[in-house]
Amino acid sequence: MRRIAVFLHRHPRLQLRLLLAAPLAWLALAYLGSLAILFANAFWRLDSFTGKVVIEPTLANFGTLLSNDVYRTLALRTLGMAVAVTLTCAILAFPVAYYMARIASPRMRGLLLVAILMPLWASYLVKVYAWRTMLLGNGVVDWVLQPLGLHGPGNGEIAIWLVFSYLWLPYMVLPIYAGLERIPGSLLEASADLGARAGFTFRRVILPLVLPAVVAGSIFTFSLTLGDYITPQLVSNTKMIGNAIYDTLGVPNLPLAAAIATVPVVIVVLYLLAARRTGAFESL
Amino acid sequence: MEESRLVRGGLRLATAVVLLFVYLPLVVIVMYAFNESRVQSWPIVSYSLGWFARAAGDQSVRQAFFNSILAASGATAIALVLGSMAAFAVQRFEFFGRETVTFLVILPIALPGVVTGVALSTTFKTLGIDFGLPTIIVGHATFCVVIAYNNVLARLRRTSRSLEEASADLGADTWQTFRYIFLPSLRTALIAGGLLAFALSFDEVIVTNFTAGPGVDTVPLWVLSAIQRPNALPVVNVVATALIALSVIPVYFAQRIGGETAGVTR
Repeated sequence: MRRIAVFLHRHPRLQLRLLLAAPLAWLALAYLGSLAILFANAFWRLDSFTGKVVIEPTLANFGTLLSNDVYRTLALRTLGMAVAVTLTCAILAFPVAYYMARIASPRMRGLLLVAILMPLWASYLVKVYAWRTMLLGNGVVDWVLQPLGLHGPGNGEIAIWLVFSYLWLPYMVLPIYAGLERIPGSLLEASADLGARAGFTFRRVILPLVLPAVVAGSIFTFSLTLGDYITPQLVSNTKMIGNAIYDTLGVPNLPLAAAIATVPVVIVVLYLLAARRTGAFESL
Repeated sequence: MEESRLVRGGLRLATAVVLLFVYLPLVVIVMYAFNESRVQSWPIVSYSLGWFARAAGDQSVRQAFFNSILAASGATAIALVLGSMAAFAVQRFEFFGRETVTFLVILPIALPGVVTGVALSTTFKTLGIDFGLPTIIVGHATFCVVIAYNNVLARLRRTSRSLEEASADLGADTWQTFRYIFLPSLRTALIAGGLLAFALSFDEVIVTNFTAGPGVDTVPLWVLSAIQRPNALPVVNVVATALIALSVIPVYFAQRIGGETAGVTR
């Protein structure tokens, strides 16, 4: 034992290799390898007679993806949904985070933090299911709205938007809260001393400083929305890009499903690259 | 800077409204669990405890909880080991490709779950691996690594190296330093990371849906299939209530261990 320890101490590079070997083997081989196998399938052909994948390079799957209007509609709808959900979460989260960070007493702040964290760990499916029961006919939503002469959002895009915004809200509140808390009070005092009114300080000092935190939160709201196929399936009849991947896989047509799967991946990677420029990664 | 009374009042009101929005669905489901009727309509006419007994006796529910606990324990153990090793390498060594390691660790959680799920299931099929609990654990461990990694990395950044150096100067070897200096200083980070990883695994449905074999249900998979059977809904309500109650555990521990577990990454 001791000799191994001494040997390791003298050879830090070997230590490093030993440390990295297992995590890299897992992530690079198991995970990146799996992704490679999936995306390789996007270039293979499905034999329409046998239903088997034939290893024969082709761009036909991407051709189907680009030429078929259904996929364009799904991709745009999903992208629009991700943007709408992100904006909704930001708008709902900001006042809560601001109240927690700057106005609430320390005791209240602790309580609110727990109140926001709790639903984050309450099961995802339970929350979707709760909305499903509330939105169905004879549910709570109809019961509240009917006396007002209104009716629920039905089972279209609005229902999906509502449930996604509900689900991802805590992911937006927490980074914004942390971002607001990091702003030193002295900066705000300096701004006031220099004659800025509260509104001006908010726009010119607080907002620019907290923006990376908002972007950090948006990484969650955005990428979680892009890949989710379960919420659309449970609360609506409307399909998103994730449903297209799932359904195509069930056909089964793995090559086409793999080609469709490149759409959310490309969008997420572009979004991450854009987000990195704002310094959002330090706010994660 | 002092916010005006109007602004403060408005913010307080907005916070209250958002919290109401957040808790309303959870309250509704808990109330439905006490609904005597098999039909879910609002308002609830009469209340009963009957479905709790029914759920507790349900063999498939018990089996699902058992499977979920096994899967989450396995995934958490793997994630803690791999995440700590990666965090240690990144924090304590300078090497080419350090950024890449961070990127690799984050990737499984940043990419949409459906992509991770399809990729893993395709690979298992290609390699001829049978689907079951082990494949679920592999999937979960892959996206749980980032949580252990983040927690351990944050802790390592805050503990100074001088303790380790002092330990070495006093004649301790690598193992002793590891045993008496590192482990104690990392303990709470490991507990917090493990807890969050466990909770994440316990709740995961998208990747699980692709990596579970036929007949192996975790709690979320059980809920997903039961939701679509109107007959099973009263039992689903009870299971949902139990899951809501269980979510207090990670929050409680995270609060006790301290705020640094912030990691909203999941």
